[in-house]
Amino acid sequence: MTLFIEYLRSAWDSLNAHRVRSFFTILGIVIGVTTIICIFTIIQSINRYVEGEFSGLGASTVYVSKYPWVVTGNWWQFRNRPPITLREYQALREHSVFARWISPIVESFRTVQYRSQTLEQVYTVGCNEEYPETANVSVALGRWFTHLEVAHARAVAIIGAHVREVLFGPENPIGKRIKINGLPYKVVGILEKRGNFFGFNMDNQVIMPYTSFRTYRLSRRNIAIALRVADPNQLEELKEEIRGILRRVRKIPPTEKDNFSINQQDMLTRFYHQLTGTLYLVVFVVGTISLIVGGIGIANIMLVSVTERTREIGIRKAVGATRAQIIGHFLSESVLISLVGGFLGVLIGVLVSQIPLHLLKLHTAVSPGTVLLGVGFSSLVGIVSGLYPANRAARVNPIEALRYE
Amino acid sequence: MTPKTSTATRQLALIHIADLHKVYILGLTRVYALRGINLNIERNEYVAIMGPSGSGKSTLMNIIGCLDVPTRGQYFLNGKDVGQLSEDELAQIRNQEIGFVFQTFNLLPRASALQNVELPLFYSGIPAARRRQLAREALEKVGLGDRLTHRPNELSGGQRQRVAIARALVNNPSIILADEPTGNLDTKTGAEIMQIFDQLHEQGNTIVLVTHEKFIAEHAARIIHLKDGKIEFEEKPQIA
Repeated sequence: MTLFIEYLRSAWDSLNAHRVRSFFTILGIVIGVTTIICIFTIIQSINRYVEGEFSGLGASTVYVSKYPWVVTGNWWQFRNRPPITLREYQALREHSVFARWISPIVESFRTVQYRSQTLEQVYTVGCNEEYPETANVSVALGRWFTHLEVAHARAVAIIGAHVREVLFGPENPIGKRIKINGLPYKVVGILEKRGNFFGFNMDNQVIMPYTSFRTYRLSRRNIAIALRVADPNQLEELKEEIRGILRRVRKIPPTEKDNFSINQQDMLTRFYHQLTGTLYLVVFVVGTISLIVGGIGIANIMLVSVTERTREIGIRKAVGATRAQIIGHFLSESVLISLVGGFLGVLIGVLVSQIPLHLLKLHTAVSPGTVLLGVGFSSLVGIVSGLYPANRAARVNPIEALRYE
Repeated sequence: MTPKTSTATRQLALIHIADLHKVYILGLTRVYALRGINLNIERNEYVAIMGPSGSGKSTLMNIIGCLDVPTRGQYFLNGKDVGQLSEDELAQIRNQEIGFVFQTFNLLPRASALQNVELPLFYSGIPAARRRQLAREALEKVGLGDRLTHRPNELSGGQRQRVAIARALVNNPSIILADEPTGNLDTKTGAEIMQIFDQLHEQGNTIVLVTHEKFIAEHAARIIHLKDGKIEFEEKPQIA
């Protein structure tokens, strides 16, 4: 160990003696490592953000809808599917054993007014009292609407934090009357602040009983149905059960495929990981190539160094340096170059990645794995690129080397 | 030479060389650098090897110094057959048994005097503190106790050669091998350096001197004249 430190010290001295040359050699490694670290950090930060967003959909909830969330192949093949309607909801409600909570989801964008304040394009959801359990939402102020309010189609609404801010300001909205597409509703609750979901403001929404959604022919309208199991391990059973019930209700013959989709949060995450997995691979390849180029730079400069220091090698051999010791000198030099490059690369990479992450307002996720990858990879490059020059140094004939000018 | 006598000499002499040949192959021609050298050097001897250029004295010195191996013949150093050792084993012998002093000093230009002298100790794996102490002692011995941190280019030729001598001494070798040690020095400085060798000899060191200058060789107690790869004759000069 102490020997290793001695080698490093003498390597440091010799790098110091050729500062400009060392700088450029190190730069090659720095660029490679910076690329890898920078992009990995950005991807991982986005990953963490995305996973956080997806987890809002709930891991034990499935969504029945006309279209699958992730379409591979032709999108239009699903167009002729019959819509999912309240009929399917009623059937599931009646027959499902595994679903602990079930809610229909009717969506549209509507204009919300309070006195003189107007907010357009507000995401409006019609659902039942079990919806908060399926969607991981809760009220920060007030209450959710009740089963009775759903059953009797009461004109009550729960508003998002953004809607509250714009329409009410500091005023307490509970109990106040708002107009949604011109029709009056009473505010009973305010949603907890949820922030953005891929740029979509989750606080710009209004939730009401689906029975009071007041749309043209609600019973024919295409909706989604959220179902949640009590025990996440029963998710597969639930999905099978849903298939069974819906195929029966829709009278699908056994030879036909399903004409509905059962969607799940992990479909999105899986799709997302597929997407970023490719990106990872590309970055990895690009980074590897630039590190290889950096390594070639090191090997090149080390070969020059070996030739330049032939006499020095001769002296060292004359006073008793073994081959391994000569290799130690040169290898520690190339490893030092790449380690310094690796550390600088990690540092610069982490710093540089802060810029886009800051602009995107994302939290940075610098994983120790990324740092380890950068440093480990660069020291590997150092060893590999130093081996050949070091071996050449060790093979120098001391008699000729001592005569070398 | 019968094996029995050879065993006997092996125990006695520090250097025992028998029928030593060295052939170089240069392209298509063979160069017979040494053709049958027989030589014994005892402990604490002061030997000079003389000869014109091309006489094989450098080759002989390289083989004695374990930088090179003979093509044929025997070389026992300190009772050990070093004729057929591997490269790394030779490196170890050089490290433990031999101290080199070269005409061109051969110091590491970027290292201080102290670091230069420490070098052989570094390769024998002596811890840093002990190394520094031994190196300092060796430099004090050659009168450079006040130049420890100077680099070679901050030292005069004579001082550089003293650093080299200190480096040769520091591992307490069996032989000090000096190859034209005064060749790059003026007469006065050369004389000073030779004085150091004389002192080292008095202190019990074995010294082998390679030179082509008569007055330098005369410091030795025994002069071996080489010619065409053979020992021409030996003489014992009158000590001045």
